[in-house]
Amino acid sequence: MITQQMPAMVKVADKDVHSPEFATLYVNQAIDFKPGQFVMVWIPGVDEKPYTISHHSPERFGITVEAKGLFSKKAVSLGPGDKIGIRGPFGNGFNMGLGHQRVAVVAGGCGMAPLAPLVEAFQTGNGPEILLIQGARSKSFLLYPDRFAAKAEICTDDGSKGYKGFVTDILVQKIKDLSANSAPGFDMVYACGPEIMMAKVFDICEAHGIPCQVSLERYMRCGFGVCGACVCGHAVVCKDGPVFGSKMLRTMADFNTRALLKTGQPVPLNEYATWRCQ
Amino acid sequence: MRINFLGKTLHTPLVLASGVLGNNKAILERVWENGCGLPTMKSIGPAPREGHKNPTVIDLGNGLINAVGLPSPGYLNMEEEWQELSDRAFPITASIYGGSVDEFVRVAEFVSAKGPDFIELNISCPNSDQHGMVFGVNAHSSHDVVAAVKKVIQVPLIAKLTPAAPDIAAIAKACEDAGADAICAINTAGPGMVIDIESRSPVLAFKKGGLSGPMIKPIAVRCVYDIFRSVSIPIIGLGGISTGKDAIEIIMAGATLVGIGTAVRYRGITVFDKVNKEINDWLAAHDTSMEEIRGAAHREAL
Repeated sequence: MITQQMPAMVKVADKDVHSPEFATLYVNQAIDFKPGQFVMVWIPGVDEKPYTISHHSPERFGITVEAKGLFSKKAVSLGPGDKIGIRGPFGNGFNMGLGHQRVAVVAGGCGMAPLAPLVEAFQTGNGPEILLIQGARSKSFLLYPDRFAAKAEICTDDGSKGYKGFVTDILVQKIKDLSANSAPGFDMVYACGPEIMMAKVFDICEAHGIPCQVSLERYMRCGFGVCGACVCGHAVVCKDGPVFGSKMLRTMADFNTRALLKTGQPVPLNEYATWRCQ
Repeated sequence: MRINFLGKTLHTPLVLASGVLGNNKAILERVWENGCGLPTMKSIGPAPREGHKNPTVIDLGNGLINAVGLPSPGYLNMEEEWQELSDRAFPITASIYGGSVDEFVRVAEFVSAKGPDFIELNISCPNSDQHGMVFGVNAHSSHDVVAAVKKVIQVPLIAKLTPAAPDIAAIAKACEDAGADAICAINTAGPGMVIDIESRSPVLAFKKGGLSGPMIKPIAVRCVYDIFRSVSIPIIGLGGISTGKDAIEIIMAGATLVGIGTAVRYRGITVFDKVNKEINDWLAAHDTSMEEIRGAAHREAL
């Protein structure tokens, strides 16, 4: 059984290779889960890292890994039968609210991974109308292209698919369109992607009086709010987050400005990102 | 429940244990606002240090095992944090570590000038082979490091001790004789180890790690009890304190202040307010006071 305590060693049941950069590893185990939560994934002898659950059903879940560093390259090389340790789930997850009529989901690159189960959860039953805005560097970095029934607006930095430009351009346009047509606006905007993108989404939402929720990333150790490695201002990302709403974002000093290196030293986000991509 | 500690007035008798959360000003302040009278910063070392690879902290249900491994930007790389802390409204303890007496002295002298309210010498961390515990298990080396640091700092000195010492009361006495102003006990116990039997691998990347939380509370109570009999300086008692009754127990063993660390895992950051309330409720229900119960377990039973 997977718990927040000792890692449970589980077999990788199968793997989807999405592109040279992305793969999803599936585990045939039940896990208690809310969209936006994450698990700590342990490869003995290598390292342990936090990954959001990107696929979930009652008897199975998956994590999507982007091959970037030592750990993630090892993780995408794993296949059926290989064992990994899992503890979790951790974090708060997205607040899906009650009675939302229309929501926007804004994803940048691998930021699609935590948002995908949210979109699927909204798509069941009497969910809200969903506008999915998905962006990436180029076409091959667009995760899960055929996964959702929801209407999707696609954009890429290089124009290899969809609109050439940023997800935030589309978000602004859609807010204006709804307003021009006197249609009800978005009840909530959910976003995950590069922090600068999420900060832009937050600014846009603030300017239009729309509440939003974003999912942050920081270097983590314990996963349950004790070690302090992932603090962002006064917020403990692994425990208070990783999802933060507008109210918290307004007072979170280090949002879109600073993050801690493994030593605990605060550095500007671009320096942090450079270290994380090594 | 204000309390005077080495000349400073604290708004509660609760201390945030070093190594828990204390990574920036904002979180130290949040802990203070939630009822912690004295937050402790993460241990500051002589050079930049990343700590160990993950897994570094595992919850065993009745406590944690950890080998985070003393990550630190290094004492020379914290100007931004000291700047931010300079206008703080709350007291802080700066925890420091070194790999030699000279390193302790160098870090302590520099940090003292940055204006923390107290300096805590971490001579008790089990998670590095070169730092910490190697000093705290020996009375002579404990004396030497405390005496050397005491000469170069302007703020009260707290010695943080390890339960791995064969005679922790003797270590405490050596620290007091060397000029320590207070004792903080205990650091994590062990070290211990957990092995995943499926992968046949120790779970922590450092393989061994310090134990904390409810599972070590009896060790902490015994250590504070022993130390109280050997020194006359105040004791910060910690190790598995999660509730007001736990706090009362370690105060009866001899603690003046009570530290909380792992309980943040089980009761959240608001654990400080909760424990303060539980202490007050217990004291009121028993029509007594902190001063009256301190060291009460040492008095002859009626």
